[in-house]
Amino acid sequence: MRQVHTLDRVVIRFAGDSGDGMQLTGDRFTADSATFGNDISTLPNFPAEIRAPQGTIPGVSSFQLHFANFDIMTPGDRPDVLVAMNPAALKANIADLPRGGLLIADTADFTKRNLAKVGYDANPLEDGSLADYQLHALDLTGMTVEAVKEFGLTRKDASRAKNMFALGLLSWLYGRPTEGTIKFLTSKFASKPQIRDANITAFKTGYAFGETTEVFAVTYEVPPAPMPPGTYRQISGNLALAYGLITGARKADLPLFLGAYPITPASDVLHELSKHKRFGVTTFQAEDEIAGVGAALGASFAGHLGATVTSGPGVALKAETIGLAVMTELPLVVCDIQRAGPSTGMPTKTEQADLLQVMYGRNGEAPAPVLAAQSPADCFDIAIEAIRIAVKYRTPVFVLSDGYVANGAEPWQVPDVAAIESIDPGFATASNAVDAQGKEIFLPYLRDPETLARPWAVPGTAGLQHRIGGIEKAKDTGAVSYDPGNHDEMVRTRQAKIDGIARDIPHVVVDDPDAAEGIGASVLVLGWGSTYGPITAAVRRVRKTGRRIAQAHLRHLNPSPANLGEVLRRYDRVIVPEMNLGQLATMLRAKYLVDVHSYSRVRGLPISLSELAADLEAEIDSIEGVLA
Amino acid sequence: MTAVSGHDIANGQESLAAVSQPTRPVRAERPDRPERPARPAGRTAGGPAGRRAPAAAPTAPIGPGLAGVPLALEPLNRKDFTSDQEVRWCPGCGDYAVLAAFQGFMPELGIRKENTVIISGIGCSSRFPYYVDSFGMHSIHGRAPAIATGVATAREDAAVFVITGDGDALSIGGNHLIHVLRRNVNLTILLFNNRIYGLTKGQYSPTSEIGKVTKSTPMGSLDNPFNPVSLALGAEATFVARTIDSDRKHLTEVLKAAAAHRGTSFVEIYQNCPIFNDDAFASVKEAETKAEAIIPLQHGEPIRFGVDGAKGVVRNPVSGAFEIVDVDAVGADQLVVHDAHAADPSFAFGLSRLTDSGVLHRAPIGIFRDVEAPAYDDLAREQVKLASAQGSDDDALQALVAGRDTWTVVG
Repeated sequence: MRQVHTLDRVVIRFAGDSGDGMQLTGDRFTADSATFGNDISTLPNFPAEIRAPQGTIPGVSSFQLHFANFDIMTPGDRPDVLVAMNPAALKANIADLPRGGLLIADTADFTKRNLAKVGYDANPLEDGSLADYQLHALDLTGMTVEAVKEFGLTRKDASRAKNMFALGLLSWLYGRPTEGTIKFLTSKFASKPQIRDANITAFKTGYAFGETTEVFAVTYEVPPAPMPPGTYRQISGNLALAYGLITGARKADLPLFLGAYPITPASDVLHELSKHKRFGVTTFQAEDEIAGVGAALGASFAGHLGATVTSGPGVALKAETIGLAVMTELPLVVCDIQRAGPSTGMPTKTEQADLLQVMYGRNGEAPAPVLAAQSPADCFDIAIEAIRIAVKYRTPVFVLSDGYVANGAEPWQVPDVAAIESIDPGFATASNAVDAQGKEIFLPYLRDPETLARPWAVPGTAGLQHRIGGIEKAKDTGAVSYDPGNHDEMVRTRQAKIDGIARDIPHVVVDDPDAAEGIGASVLVLGWGSTYGPITAAVRRVRKTGRRIAQAHLRHLNPSPANLGEVLRRYDRVIVPEMNLGQLATMLRAKYLVDVHSYSRVRGLPISLSELAADLEAEIDSIEGVLA
Repeated sequence: MTAVSGHDIANGQESLAAVSQPTRPVRAERPDRPERPARPAGRTAGGPAGRRAPAAAPTAPIGPGLAGVPLALEPLNRKDFTSDQEVRWCPGCGDYAVLAAFQGFMPELGIRKENTVIISGIGCSSRFPYYVDSFGMHSIHGRAPAIATGVATAREDAAVFVITGDGDALSIGGNHLIHVLRRNVNLTILLFNNRIYGLTKGQYSPTSEIGKVTKSTPMGSLDNPFNPVSLALGAEATFVARTIDSDRKHLTEVLKAAAAHRGTSFVEIYQNCPIFNDDAFASVKEAETKAEAIIPLQHGEPIRFGVDGAKGVVRNPVSGAFEIVDVDAVGADQLVVHDAHAADPSFAFGLSRLTDSGVLHRAPIGIFRDVEAPAYDDLAREQVKLASAQGSDDDALQALVAGRDTWTVVG
């Protein structure tokens, strides 16, 4: 009788050549785990090259998945299980597998040539160098080819199903449901019955292999995580962002116009929105980044909701047009799915180093609201919030996501879209002033006294013809003006309009459990964007040691919540972890004169929660003294 | 300061032969055209003498280019298209003449002014939208075609015009120009070509002749200029024309034909900059030289010019290129007959090569090409419409957001 061990969490990393289908394998395991009821968090990691040289370290593609019976925050720092499909995948990932970890390797690719390619003198599966791990060297490819031979595929085609064999084996090992993957394969390869049958057979054979072989003495179960009642799905950040844009535009009763140019890691939002034209979505693949945002701004001028999605290099190109949107005071949503920079940087790796670019990267005084999604599912809510602010205040709004949030996935309680609050576009329909002769006129820059927003009058509205543009506007009339006093007033007014949005956003909430009893933490860790997961996990770990620590997270970066200064001053030390060299820390120090400490990691990867937890503990101890 | 009005400049100059008005099928009027009240009686145009508003309110768009744009409820005149802004170009600038012609012909299109959208870039001519009482945006350098693409795609009911110059359209905005042309977005581009940078005070432009001595090229410019018409035809633009600022009649007729065309209409306007490049187009304007300088293009007519029509255009049987010959030497029946509707842009491109690239002594003027092709914005709207037929209510949105793989957690 085989033993079944119950675990609360497991981290699996699938690694192989970029053509081995590791992303698909990971996606399927994630979907089956989510359906099973586990909490999940994922980290895809792949080369920018579509097909990097086969069998080399740069060509390794991996997918890490964390699933648990509780609410987890990150895809995990280090895997418990590594599946390595070739020597390069082993070499690139073995250092992350803790001693004693489970290692499953496909022996088929461990040929002399492939070993030499990545610098192995001897076969590590045979020379005892992996003795510290629970090594299972299996001929996954050979078994796959054998299993699917009835379908008459070439050996090459047959061996391509090896990822499904591996998935089947892992599904058995961790008691995952199999119906989802079978259904998925049936529909994905509906038009290629041979391939479909080979993949399904490989998957089932892998599962059966686990069941019948004596290789694995133990199987594992990870029970479902307790979650609030409701209907859930798995969602990635880019998908949630696309759905949020559709839903937000719908809530504002505006057709959505997306102008975009393909760029990693933002293109999936363009792809997704292009599939949903039925909801009044127009997608325009422009000739360049500038035309993408230009057409979006034109659409906004014409009364649609203009939006664009890009990454850091694209924001740089769009800067002048975004300045025009600031000047013309039209709604526009600019989504920056950040990646490692500068310049081309590392397109498939994550980073948070565009904050200062979106804040300040335009000529002149050109303020714009900036929001940041803290998790994949949060992209949905952030997109709607961005649309609300853009429409209400007639302004371009930045949405910051990053490669980690964009490609990562988590369970998401499906919202009731009918219950989401609607957004009033408030189009101008009639004149808003009278001239000296008592004639009714339209002043395109006459502002709402509360929001300071100007009227949005769209073509086709009789009597409201007006001209806007990049030249400084005279107050109220919007006519060209070079008057010094007027310029000073307009610069300050545009800033005041954006600053005033602080009245319209929630206060930052601090999680400081013992503060109510007067024994609050002395250290506050403050984050923004995708560091939410690692920070929250690290904070939990710190608290488990008995230390006190406060946590807060910003979703609104410009303007910042009205109570932020007071929160920052309440703590002896404020630590700001960021995947950059301290950009939010710089902003906070400048604005609030608080000596915040930057915790900076720019490795193209999410911040390590164990490293962060240890560093936070040291900070706390340096202030409060080491716990007895 | 006394500004010379464009009308004065345009006055007293003999027009080119009438622009050929291509006869192309006009799209059926849209059934959702709004009802129009009876025209108020006795209304006359307030424009210059000799120009009057249409006698009656328009009943149909002048061409497929304006299909979908609501018609004016009552006849408009040039004053209706004049904004309250003081026009601020240099005295004698050719831009005045184009503005005057534009304000003069807009009422004849019969559309509502609030459905007219003018997008410009940066440069002297790009101030244009401020002076027309329509919706307008004076945008940023080179980007007007991109912004206008957004407007045109978003709004079927808008008549969209792009105002640009040689630097704006061909240097900083060259990429947007070729792409709007290849997409064939339904809008009309007026390219004011003065072969110089005016607003930045006199640097050479991408249409300046080689050897141009300017502030930035004291030893003469080195780079070969663009021929804007050739460029547009290379991008397979569906309507390409060239006209001259000072020939009000020709300018008006070309612009009307451009507005009537569905898809991107590209009109190069030879425009004089009296400050930095005066008389760049003197050869096609001066009474004593114009007959020899202008090669008039009229659809269906042999291409013939010069004093007494002594010169003409033939095709070289070996190279296939167009050449200028003495008509007497070859016989009139050998002359090329202009075909603006030729499907292949090579014909029009060949004609465009008869333009001098150096100092201008000779250029074909008129409509080079006018062919029918699907417009990007029409197709884009069609896709949205088609997709919407699958249902787009809240239930459909809810189903989209929920996706296909959900699981339920019971409380």
